[in-house]
Amino acid sequence: MSTRISMTVNGKAVSAEVEERTLLAAFLREHLRLTGTHVGCDTGHCGACTVLLDGKAVKSCNMLAAQAQGANVTTIEGLAAADGEMHPMQVAFKASHGLQCGFCTPGMVLSAVELAGKLKNPSEAQIREALDGNYCRCTGYHNIVKAVQTGLANMG
Amino acid sequence: MLNFNYHRPQSLAEAASLLGAKAEGKALAGGQTLVAALKLRLAGPTDLVDLAGVGGLKGISREGNNIKIGAMTTHAEVAASSEVKSAIPALAALAGEIGDRQVRNRGTLGGSIANNDPAADYPGAVLGLGATVHTNKRSIAADDFFTGLFGTALGAGEIITAVSFPVPKRAAYVKFKNQASRFALVGIFVAETAAGPRVAVTGAGQSGVFRVAAMETALAKDFSPAAVTGVKVAAQNLNSDLHATADYRAALISVLAGRAVNQARGG
Ligand SMILES: Cc1cc2nc3c(=O)[nH]c(=O)nc-3n(C[C@H](O)[C@H](O)[C@H](O)COP(=O)(O)OP(=O)(O)OC[C@H]3O[C@@H](n4cnc5c(N)ncnc54)[C@H](O)[C@@H]3O)c2cc1C
Ligand code: FES
Ligand code: FES
Repeated sequence: MSTRISMTVNGKAVSAEVEERTLLAAFLREHLRLTGTHVGCDTGHCGACTVLLDGKAVKSCNMLAAQAQGANVTTIEGLAAADGEMHPMQVAFKASHGLQCGFCTPGMVLSAVELAGKLKNPSEAQIREALDGNYCRCTGYHNIVKAVQTGLANMG
Repeated sequence: MLNFNYHRPQSLAEAASLLGAKAEGKALAGGQTLVAALKLRLAGPTDLVDLAGVGGLKGISREGNNIKIGAMTTHAEVAASSEVKSAIPALAALAGEIGDRQVRNRGTLGGSIANNDPAADYPGAVLGLGATVHTNKRSIAADDFFTGLFGTALGAGEIITAVSFPVPKRAAYVKFKNQASRFALVGIFVAETAAGPRVAVTGAGQSGVFRVAAMETALAKDFSPAAVTGVKVAAQNLNSDLHATADYRAALISVLAGRAVNQARGG
């Protein structure tokens, strides 16, 4: 049994025949080889697998690829400009040392990108609350919060 | 996860007939509960009927003294809705406190109440406001909708289309979060409605969400925190689990009810 799915991933139209039960995370990683999307818990809790679906942060391990039919998906690979220039949020994570092992980082960055336009000059507390769907087991969050604050300011 | 057939109907009639034709069919909304259940094989449908393509199941509108919310409306949409925020701020706040941002971007009102998790938030609002659940077949009063742990009055293949929430005079929802899951360890929805005060408790009951008649009677005489903090709910029918004992939940119910009334009064 399989179903045909079509969507736009990082600006490119993709189409594939997949098993119905294929998760969006598995489709991105195993079919498209976009392994920047990390799977940490596979239970919908840690947020490592966060991608943008039509601009909204979602956990790609907690939905079927078929549910993204027709949607616009952005993974961490799609954030930098075509010439390789990093997205302001990526620059901020690097500058503020907002990562250690880096496992949570793709999800953190994409989750943070969604905040642009939603939070104006957010306080530290607002950022901490807004990141409640993303766990980090290394940094203690301090530098992540700083990075998000800087990244959002630089996104304008 | 076991495999299944996937359907994406365009109309309610088509969705209903697909669900009706499949003995082991299941509706799919945001997938925030169902996908995890499929992974754990707690659910093993032969067919999933995705409601995402069905028109008319999304959106928020004012109808007389009701705020009507489509079943496929996400928690994030309810939390951000200016219509809900102005008419029933407690409902918008409740939606904004469900899970985390990513969950709120996908999870839906219909999926939440169809699932009727004993620790879910929306059942508190639906029962606390005396809302009406609309399906493709009928309209069901909140008092008749929730029928026990993960149980509802929905028949096989019946699809929730919308919920009408009567606008209360004042209302508040106070949730004591389980720190790990953010579900309600105890959540209290208090409302002063045209038909009198209502108090609904979620997170605590062995059979899911329930009303506290003694608190409602007390509030009808005196809508103040003191009227409810003295009312005790017996621990006997409450949940005990690794997160909290039944006695602890019973104590929380009285304390949080007081806070909810205070908040409803603008405190
Ligand atoms: C990390 C995490 C944290 C969470 N925290 C909370 C929390 O704090 N509070 C809370 O209340 N919830 C919480 N949830 C659950 C979340 O709110 C879900 O969105 C909700 O329970 C299910 O909605 P859904 O749209 O994803 O439904 P689905 O998962 O797609 O479906 C759930 C069930 O409802 C049925 N169904 C769906 N739509 C309909 C319909 N229109 N008619 C009939 N049946 C239907 C499906 O067949 C299925 O049985 C959390 C979830 C996660 C993953
Ligand atoms: S891997 Fe998806 S939430 Fe953890
Ligand atoms: S940097 Fe290691 S989990 Fe966040």
